[in-house]
Amino acid sequence: MYDITVIGAGITGTFIARELSRYQLRVLLVDKENDIANGTTKANSAIVHAGYDATEGTLKAKLNVRGNELYEKVCQELHVPFKRIGSLVLAFNQQEVETVQELFERGIKNGVPQMEILDKESVLKLENNLSEEVVGALYAKTGGIVGPWELAIALAENALENGVELLLNSPVTDMKKIAGGYCITAGDRKIESKIIINCAGIHTDDINNMINSPSFEILPNRGEYNLFDKSVGNVVNSVVFRCPSEAGKGVLIMPTVHGNLLVGPTSEYVENKTSVETTFEGLTFINDHTKHTLKEISFQNVITSFTGLRAKTRTQDFIIEESKESQGFFNVAGIDSPGLTAAPAIAEYVIELVKARIENLEIKQDFNPNTRPNIHFMELPDSEKAKLIEKDPRFGRIICRCENITEGEIVDVIKRKAGATTLDGVKRRARPGSGRCQGGFCAPRVMEILAREQGTDVAEVVKDGLGSYILTGKTK
Amino acid sequence: MEEKDMICIVCPLGCKLKVTKSDISQTGYAVEGNKCFRGVDYGIKEMTNPTRALTTTVVISDASVKRLPVRTSGTIPKPLIKQAMVLINKVEVKAPIKVGEVIIKNILDTGVDIIASRSMCQNSEHEDLLKACFLQG
Amino acid sequence: MLQYDIVVIGGGPAGLAAAIEARKNGVKKILIIERDRELGGILQQCIHNGFGLHIFKEELTGPEYAERFIKELITMDIEYKLDTMVLEVSDSKVITAMNATDGILHIQAKAIILAMGCRERTRGAIRIPGTRPAGVMAAGTAQRFVNIEGDMIGKRIVILGSGDIGLIMARRLTLEGADVLAVAELMSYSGGLTRNIVQCLEDFNIPLYLNHTVVNIEGHDRVEAVTIAQVDEKYKPIKGTEKRFECDTLLLSVGLIPENELSKSAGIALDNVTGGPIVNESMETSVEGIFACGNVVHVHDLVDWVTEESRRAGSSAAKYIKGQIQSNCKTIKLKGINGVRYVVPHQIRLDNIEQTVELMMRVDNIYKDIKFVIKSNGEVIKEVKRKHVAPGEMETIKLDLSKFTPGDCDEMYIEIVEKEA
Repeated sequence: MYDITVIGAGITGTFIARELSRYQLRVLLVDKENDIANGTTKANSAIVHAGYDATEGTLKAKLNVRGNELYEKVCQELHVPFKRIGSLVLAFNQQEVETVQELFERGIKNGVPQMEILDKESVLKLENNLSEEVVGALYAKTGGIVGPWELAIALAENALENGVELLLNSPVTDMKKIAGGYCITAGDRKIESKIIINCAGIHTDDINNMINSPSFEILPNRGEYNLFDKSVGNVVNSVVFRCPSEAGKGVLIMPTVHGNLLVGPTSEYVENKTSVETTFEGLTFINDHTKHTLKEISFQNVITSFTGLRAKTRTQDFIIEESKESQGFFNVAGIDSPGLTAAPAIAEYVIELVKARIENLEIKQDFNPNTRPNIHFMELPDSEKAKLIEKDPRFGRIICRCENITEGEIVDVIKRKAGATTLDGVKRRARPGSGRCQGGFCAPRVMEILAREQGTDVAEVVKDGLGSYILTGKTK
Repeated sequence: MEEKDMICIVCPLGCKLKVTKSDISQTGYAVEGNKCFRGVDYGIKEMTNPTRALTTTVVISDASVKRLPVRTSGTIPKPLIKQAMVLINKVEVKAPIKVGEVIIKNILDTGVDIIASRSMCQNSEHEDLLKACFLQG
Repeated sequence: MLQYDIVVIGGGPAGLAAAIEARKNGVKKILIIERDRELGGILQQCIHNGFGLHIFKEELTGPEYAERFIKELITMDIEYKLDTMVLEVSDSKVITAMNATDGILHIQAKAIILAMGCRERTRGAIRIPGTRPAGVMAAGTAQRFVNIEGDMIGKRIVILGSGDIGLIMARRLTLEGADVLAVAELMSYSGGLTRNIVQCLEDFNIPLYLNHTVVNIEGHDRVEAVTIAQVDEKYKPIKGTEKRFECDTLLLSVGLIPENELSKSAGIALDNVTGGPIVNESMETSVEGIFACGNVVHVHDLVDWVTEESRRAGSSAAKYIKGQIQSNCKTIKLKGINGVRYVVPHQIRLDNIEQTVELMMRVDNIYKDIKFVIKSNGEVIKEVKRKHVAPGEMETIKLDLSKFTPGDCDEMYIEIVEKEA
């Protein structure tokens, strides 16, 4: 019997699993998808928020500010790209100036450090590609950007190295109470566990309802984004928000940790938890918004669009608590924005809750908080590049021409713990296919490498989920 | 009177032809709109016995890739293309192959051969061997 | 640091022709750097015929066309490195490249010829809504899978874009047993050669929907359906005109983009319309001694023109290292106006023109019975009649400048003049 089973390998699930791996516990991390971070974690704004948005006194407010503080350390330990580039909330009229002032005051109440209100001139000095129509802004220096799936994958890998077990492709379909815990059906496995932590993102209500009476409902909210080529990645230097409105925190424009430009999201409640399609209207909306915020931008440089679903609830706050009906069953639900920012603090918070249910929680003496960094070949000095190629010639072979990713790096992310098994899995870890040509040139070669390393035929290689086959057979 | 508008596919110019049944012409047809003599042949053939070049691949072993590109040495009647594909798809060749080498002789009794449209060397790590193989072709 | 007279980046048709021509013009130390595993570039996957009508007066397939150049190159003993990626080109003509056997290479060249070709436009750039399942693929990627790897990429297929690769792949996939259900084209005309509409679509009864685009992609793991709809004159989908196709694949053939990241690293000025370097009569870019040719400059529809242009680049680079190119002389800027989207070359330095210069251009729409009029200083220099011009078909005009005296003028305009009704 496991001590703890974490359902959902997104950013909250992996943070919690890694926190748990510090202790003498038998922990299982289970997910329905074919890879880690395949839900909301792979499609969001990738922002570490400063913390001025959430209403004072809410869990969101508290865990946002705390989470923000924790980011440096964890990203250093796990070698995940994180940059504190600051964030701006722009005001374009008097009403928005007032909103910005309110956010500033709320930020003070929430304990957000290093904020200031900027006049037009100072805003344009920071961001000279913004529209001249801007009249002022809130500037929060602690705002940042991160690679969300890189972080979740690194957390999972670190958790695995410290003894956590991982089970992918295993949707939880049933749950029963048994003596001393729970028995869950995950894929074709029956799993017994003393404690369940439900981090199933937009499916947390479904999981909860398997064993408890419905106490909350997840309202999937669709956000659409456009991602631009690196050639326009420096259009803005910080995370640039428009003023929040009914439609959400406002459309933002920001560089990503890899130097692309990201714009979005929309905000729209959808019926279906599988509604991850982009829409003509949504993409038009964010493009129009972007046009009004910047002096100029060419949409020819968009390389891809995507949609993420936020797990909103009616309470508008995170729901992190032990079920009143089921001892040892914890819900970590409603983790919409600023969920990514709050995730490290959520993990801390959950551990405290769990401690009340486990006697004599012992720290693992040999816990290692560090992972081996991914190899970023192009970032190495020439002398080290040459050394690496000499040691392993596969580092001399560029597979992805847009991002200059070598075969050596691709093999490495396949071989690692919690390594890539799919085309998108390789892309999320080592980035081949995330450039201008979107895998047009490298996909066939990455598939070849995946097949070779896994000892399968290239036709077995999938894009992402188990059913996402790329090839349909041989030509003859 | 039988007449047909068509686009000549002999070359990338894509002349717009008008082919009309004509008793005066020796061939039985009059062709207009062509920029070169080949357009006339094409127009008449398209009315009487339309033919096409076929380009495809065959399975190859011992080469660095798995398919060898092949083509018809001339054109074959349009209705025979499907049948020709069936035959071509059954063929397996082994490297080395030289460009122009006959892969299937006189396919479907058309008098046209299926020929290799590139040379393919034996899978070799040695650049010199590959070069030599290319020069022989 | 390695030293070469000329380094050619890219071993496709452009690079091969340029290197061979440079050798014919007496250049000894030439190196071609190719990132793929063999020479020939995209021609190796273009197994259809139609290549070489101008250069060889025969109709060859892509691999045959490539092989003629590869053989000539090997006979001339021109050096090349395969599986080698150029990482950077500096304006002082130092190239940083790497491969598995040599490691990191620094090469000083006297002249560089850029021949990197182009890449395919992606789904993102054309804003197709819907899910992101497997089965949405660029037509050129599909071509590589099918023709080189021997892998099929789908069974029921819809193609967006009627550029030549899309049309060729419609036929190719049909021959290999797939059902190609439709080709949708945003514009009111095909972007490909007319003969490809006939022999790739009409021959196989594949419908072409002009003024249509994809408005939805369905499917979570793999494409399950694609919906197309008619568009209005602003290319906005018209409600009620949707057609839904149950299929497993959507191929995109929605344009090619010159691959100029290396050009940017060398600080070379690019043309917004072509997406390639601004070049002069010698195919020299804004950085002295760096030349460019083929699809990296502007996307061609016939490889024969790539070869001609690249030969010019090769012979010019040879002249450059021999000090035979005049750079401080009268320069005329060429501009396309009134229907002419662009003209290559962008500039002509008159002293370097022996007699004629070949102008290549694309028009912005389909026109019938027009003339191209070339003017300088208000005076007509040349007029050329055309019965039919289309954006998908590049136009070339040979311009004799032997009797041309520019006077004070330093600009030349090329425009379309429509026949008066």
